[in-house]
This record gives sequence, C-alpha cells and structure tokens, in this order.
Amino acid sequence: MTLTPQVPALVVLVPLLAGVVIGLVRHAGLAWLLASLASVTTFALTLALAARVQAEGVVIYAMGGWAAPTGIELRVDALNALVLALVAGMAAVIVPTSRASVAREVPADRHDQFYALVLLCVAGMLGVTATGDAFNLYVLIEISSLTAYALVALGRSRDRRALTASFQYLIMGSIGASFLLVGLGYLFLATGTLNMADMAVRLADLHGSTTVRTGVAFVIVGLSLKMALFPVHQWMADAYTYAPTSVTALMASTATKVGVYITIRFVYTIFGHELSFVIMPTDAFLLAFACLAIVVGSLQAIRQHDVRRLLAYSSVAQIGYLVLGLALGSALGLSGTLVHLLNHALVKGALFLAVGAVVYRQGGATMHELTGIARRMPLTAAAIAVGGLGLIGVPLTGGFVSKWYLVAGALEAGLWPVAVVVLVGSLLAVAYVLRLLQVVYFGEPGTVAPEPAGEAPASFWAPALLLLLGSVALGVSGQLTGGLIAAAAGALAGGAP
Amino acid sequence: MTDRWIVELLLAVVVVTAVGVVRARNLLVASVLLGIYSLVMALIWTAMEAYDVALTEAAVGAGISTLLLIGALIRTGSRIGGSKERDAPRIDKVALAVAVLTGAALAYGTLDMPAIGDPTAPVHVHPKVARHYIDRSMEETHVPNMVTVVLASYRGYDTMFETCVVFTAALGVMVLLRRRRPPAEPAPGEMREQAIFVVMTRMTVPFVLAYGSYVITHGELGPGGGFQGGVILAAGYLIYALVYGLAAAQRALPPRLTDVGAGLGVLIYAGVGVACLLLGGDFLAYDALNQADPAKGQQLGMTLVELGVGLTVACVMVTIFNEVAQP
Repeated sequence: MTLTPQVPALVVLVPLLAGVVIGLVRHAGLAWLLASLASVTTFALTLALAARVQAEGVVIYAMGGWAAPTGIELRVDALNALVLALVAGMAAVIVPTSRASVAREVPADRHDQFYALVLLCVAGMLGVTATGDAFNLYVLIEISSLTAYALVALGRSRDRRALTASFQYLIMGSIGASFLLVGLGYLFLATGTLNMADMAVRLADLHGSTTVRTGVAFVIVGLSLKMALFPVHQWMADAYTYAPTSVTALMASTATKVGVYITIRFVYTIFGHELSFVIMPTDAFLLAFACLAIVVGSLQAIRQHDVRRLLAYSSVAQIGYLVLGLALGSALGLSGTLVHLLNHALVKGALFLAVGAVVYRQGGATMHELTGIARRMPLTAAAIAVGGLGLIGVPLTGGFVSKWYLVAGALEAGLWPVAVVVLVGSLLAVAYVLRLLQVVYFGEPGTVAPEPAGEAPASFWAPALLLLLGSVALGVSGQLTGGLIAAAAGALAGGAP
Repeated sequence: MTDRWIVELLLAVVVVTAVGVVRARNLLVASVLLGIYSLVMALIWTAMEAYDVALTEAAVGAGISTLLLIGALIRTGSRIGGSKERDAPRIDKVALAVAVLTGAALAYGTLDMPAIGDPTAPVHVHPKVARHYIDRSMEETHVPNMVTVVLASYRGYDTMFETCVVFTAALGVMVLLRRRRPPAEPAPGEMREQAIFVVMTRMTVPFVLAYGSYVITHGELGPGGGFQGGVILAAGYLIYALVYGLAAAQRALPPRLTDVGAGLGVLIYAGVGVACLLLGGDFLAYDALNQADPAKGQQLGMTLVELGVGLTVACVMVTIFNEVAQP
C-alpha cells in the first residue's frame, strides 16, 4: 500500500489529528513538540503536493470514495497548491520557534490547549484552501475562525483588551459567516449542487436569476467581512494588536491570504468573468473599497504609537492591494495579487516576529519601547528595517514586483486613478516605515523606556530573517515562483478578454 | 404535507418572536424568547416533514442553547430580574439601514426562487446530487434514513469537521473560562431539598439517557443521529446538575472524563476514516471496511462515526455547561 495518492487528504488530516491529540496531552513541552512536528510534516506534504500539481496538473481527491458532485472532493490546482504551501510553510516557521514567546505570553497550564487551537486553525485554513466544495469551505472557515477567536482572547494575560478585541472579532466574523451561508444557500437553491466546478457550469445558464445575483452579492459581502476589507476592518486592527504575538504573526501571514484566495476562487472559478464583472459590478465594488483601504489604512498606520497596531493598519492597506489586483480582472492584476500575497505573508510574518522579540525583551511594543533598540538588538532591528522596506516595495524586494504588476494592470485597464492610489499608498508606507526606523535606529536609548538587556533569543530573529530572505529572493528572481504564479494567473484569467 | 396555512401562521409567530427578542430589555426574557423561536421553527420543520432538522432544532436550539444562555447570564451576573428601564430601545440608524437593505436584497433574491416543494426545482432534480441520494442511497448502503447517509457518508467529510467545530468550542471554553477550584456544594434549601424535583429527576434522567443513546445509535433507521442524541444525553446531565447541584453532578461524571471524551469522539470519527485509508480505500470510504459486502461496510462506518459524534457532542455540551454554570 502506498500513501502517495492520499497526500491531498493528509495535508488536512495531519494538522487536524495533531490538534485533537495535543488537546489531550496536558504537557506544555510535549504539546509544543507535537505541534512543531505536525507543522513541519504538513509543510513537507504541501511541497510534495505542489510538485505533483506542477508535474500532472490538477489533482482531485474524492472524499469517502464518492465522486463529486455526489460527494466532496479536494481539488488542487496551481493556485491553491501555492496557497497551501504558503500557509503550511508559515506555520512550519512560526510554530516551532514560538516556544519562548508563548511561554512569556500564555499561562503555562494552557499551552496544550493553545497549540491544539493553533493546529486546528491551520487545519481549517488548509482545508478551506484544498476543498472543491462550497459548503465544505464554509464549515472549515468556521473552524479557522472559532479557533482564531479563542487564540486572540488568550492575549488577555498581557492585556485585558484582548477580550474585547476577540468579542468584536467574533461578532464581525459571525456576521460575515452568516452572509456567506445565506449566499451559498441561494446559490444551492438555484443550482442544486455544492461542488464548485459543477456550480460554475450550472451558473453559466442562470445569469438572469435574481436568486443567483443575490447569492453572489451575499458571498462577496461575507468574504469582505472575513478578509477585513475596508470599511469592515476594525476587528482586525484590534485582534492583531492584542493577540499573543506568535498568533498575530501566524494570522497576519496566513488568515487574510486565505480570505483573498477564497475571493479569487469565487469570483473567477465559480462565478466566472461574466457573472462577476459584466452582470454584477463586483469589480467596481471591490476596487472602490480596495482604494479606500489602501489610503485610509496607510493614513491610520502613520498615526499609531503601538507598533503592532501600526503593522495591523498596514495590513488593512495591504488587503487593499490584494483585492485591487483581483478586481482588475486581468492576468496582470492577478499576478500582482499573487506575488503580493506571497511577499506580504513573508514580510508581515517577519515583522510581527521581530516585534515579538521586542515584546519579549521590553514587555511591550510601543514607540517608546522600540526607541534606540538597534544598539542592543541589532538583528531584530535589521529584521524590522528589511521588513519595512519590503512593505514600501523598494526594488529588490517582492513588494516592488507586485506593485509593478498592480500599476501595470491598472494602466492596462485604463484606470490611471487606481495606479495613482497604488503609488500614493507606497508614499504613505514610506512615511510610517521611516518613522519606525528613525525611532529604532536614531532614538536615544534609555530616555523614554529602559534599554533592552540584550538581543532576543535566536528563535525570534532567525525565523524573521529567514522569511525576509524569502521575500528578497522573490524580488530578485522571478524564477522562484514565476512558474506556478504565471500558471495560476493565466488559468484563472483565461475567460477574461 | 401539512396545510400551507399552518406553516404560514407559524412563520408569523417566528417573526413576532424575533421582533420580541430584539426589543426585549431583559436578557432572560430574550433568552427564553429565543428558545420559543427555535421551538416554533422545529414545528415548521415538522410540518415540512424534515424530521431530522426538527429534532436538531428542538434539541439544540430550543433545549441546550437556551440553558447555556441562561447559564451565561447567571455567571456574568447580568440583570436577570426585572429591568426598571421602560423606555423603548434606541435604534441605531445605520444598523437599521443595513438591516433593511439586507432584508430587501433577500426578498429580491426570492423572486426567481422555486416554490416550496416544487418537484422540478434544481435541488430536487440534480442527477448526481438529489437524484443520486434518492435513487441510489438504499442500494449503495442499505440504510433507510437517507438524511443520515448524506450526512455520515456522502458528505461525511463535512460532518467530521462539524464535530470538530463542536470540539473547538469546548477547547475555547476550557482555555478561557476554566477555573481551578472545584464547584461549591449548594446551600441548603435549594432544589435538591424539594421532594418533587428530586423524585422527578430520579424518574426522568435514566429515560433521558436511554433515549439519547437510542437516538445516537438509531440514526440510520429514523430521525436523529450523533448530534441530536449527544445533546439529549447532555440534557440528562444538565437536569441532574440543576437539581442536585454541580458538585454532585461532577462527582457522578468527573470533568476529566468529559475532557477526554470530547477529543476522543473526533478521534473515533477520523480514526474510522484512517482505517478505511489503511484498508486501501479513500479517506472515509466505508466500503473498504467490508470488502465482501460494501453496504455492510457503509453501515458499520456510519454507526461508528455517529458514535464519535454523539460522544463529542455530549461531552462538549457538559463541559460548556460545567464552565458556564460555575458562578
């Protein structure tokens, strides 16, 4: 018997089973060890799956042996193979190195449950990404959301405001889920199927149906809430600020990316170009809010005193870029979104890990606590500097490549104001990044907060620098991901004129 | 099918109840109204002959959810007595606008919707979905309750994650609410001093537990299954805890057992899937459990996963109640 055909299922099952088992072990060290092993194994499985997709094309796995649409299938193509590897890869970097940070921020008797929740959250995100079934997607979104609510609330032992942040996230997440569920219900009523590919075929004849149109609108609104697209983004700013730092690093680099992936899947694969962009004004709706997200998110980031809040508002703006690219409806725009998706995951993950190092040494991450840390914490400061440059999108970082695609895509579509918004957003990013770097490198240490005793443990700065290396590689050489990204963007935009 | 006007009358009651929930100034009143809302919904499902859904709505919506909401009110010390405020609640204009817009969109979407019970509706005629379930489920599994076949086999992968959602809820509650001290013994003069309650509990709890076990194990034959049965089992514990006190209930069923049971149920479900995989089938392809007679394999697989669901659901409900009911 060989397990090779079972890899698509194992990608979801390994973190799921590990999560449940960890919930039963009642030992902090063992929980961390199991979680680390499971995340690394899962990453290896996603790489094997990506290699198989590149060699053979779309990989389909029929759950329960029932061929879709009778049963539920996993359906992995170039696009979700990439996202699967990204999510599992971020978990494989962040989970094993999280021990010191978690020990500082989460009570010791809750570590087993903490790591169980983390693994279940990862399993949920991987399941959402791998599935070819619209209702299965909803169930798995709820797993990743429920675990995320609890994980954010665990930040309470450092700051009680984590509880209100979690509650707000719960309310907004549940409203988003309700919209998504109603939308899927309407689409099911109109098509009689829940399988994505089958639904796409049947929707092609139903463009005139008010039921379908309403379903599309509800799905888009629900996903906007789940992605934290402006103006429904406030929950994310609070959640990222008050969650335990390693949770923020994981969520910022994976959860929003999965949200964007699902939106691409619905808009391009299920609804298709005509229903999304010709019959329904999805592009205008998403473009308008994406531009607002870029400008308002960046302006808010400039005003922040707490660096985690600054980075969270920067994420609000980055979601703007991601949505902007997919709303352009072209291969160029989609390529921009996909490169940005990878790059921002790497950069934001690294920045939050670096900020975690500051929290570990200084007990907080306001501008005061970061003042002049470069002298005693040179590696952490370097990570913040390189990450910051990646956020701006200076040449040689992946951010430059993605913004290039986005500007080119906007100009190609004749939308020069959108191109201007991308450039203005980058200028605003210069403002908040330079302010941060000025404090870190040129602030007078010891004046507003005590100087750190020394550099943080390697488990903080090493993974951050590793992720940044990935981002720079993405910027220097398009070869690394060029194949998969070009394949994914080309296949999706195939229906575009 | 029952007369149409009965369903419409019940739907009107649902709307009135929903408005009542929003307008209620007293959270206890709102919680009880939500219970009534679910009970009426359960009646509507019954009238539509969706008995599995009706049983779930009655057990989960009207039963345990209401108890948990009231438990949360007690734990947080919210005003559950009368509220002195008599003025009408202020209505946020933006929220009202969003609600009206959402409602209008939902109504617009119904314009092209097939009528209720229309046999030509897409959901009833899809050859590989509804028609497959109706025409072939008996032949493929020899299980008469088609709903159970859809939930536990055709879409068994979904149901595994739904069980996992329930387990996640317990993890969340444990990680956030659990306290280390054991529950206090109830003060004298409480419910267990009252003969009627004690006698009634002693008489009903065994039957509740037996009924819950029946619903879990007979999902293949009639309405029910792991979710409904698990909730009914938990209700037996809740009744006992309400009358005899939490300390006595936890002596009878120690929390460390329910902690393990909650995870074990998910492991049973996924374990059946892994067993199929090791026997050469796909994940959750129960045919592999009995190569000679695949339909028997299907029955075995479904019975086992329903047990897993029932175990997790019962243990999770008890866990949530334990943590929430402890003042």
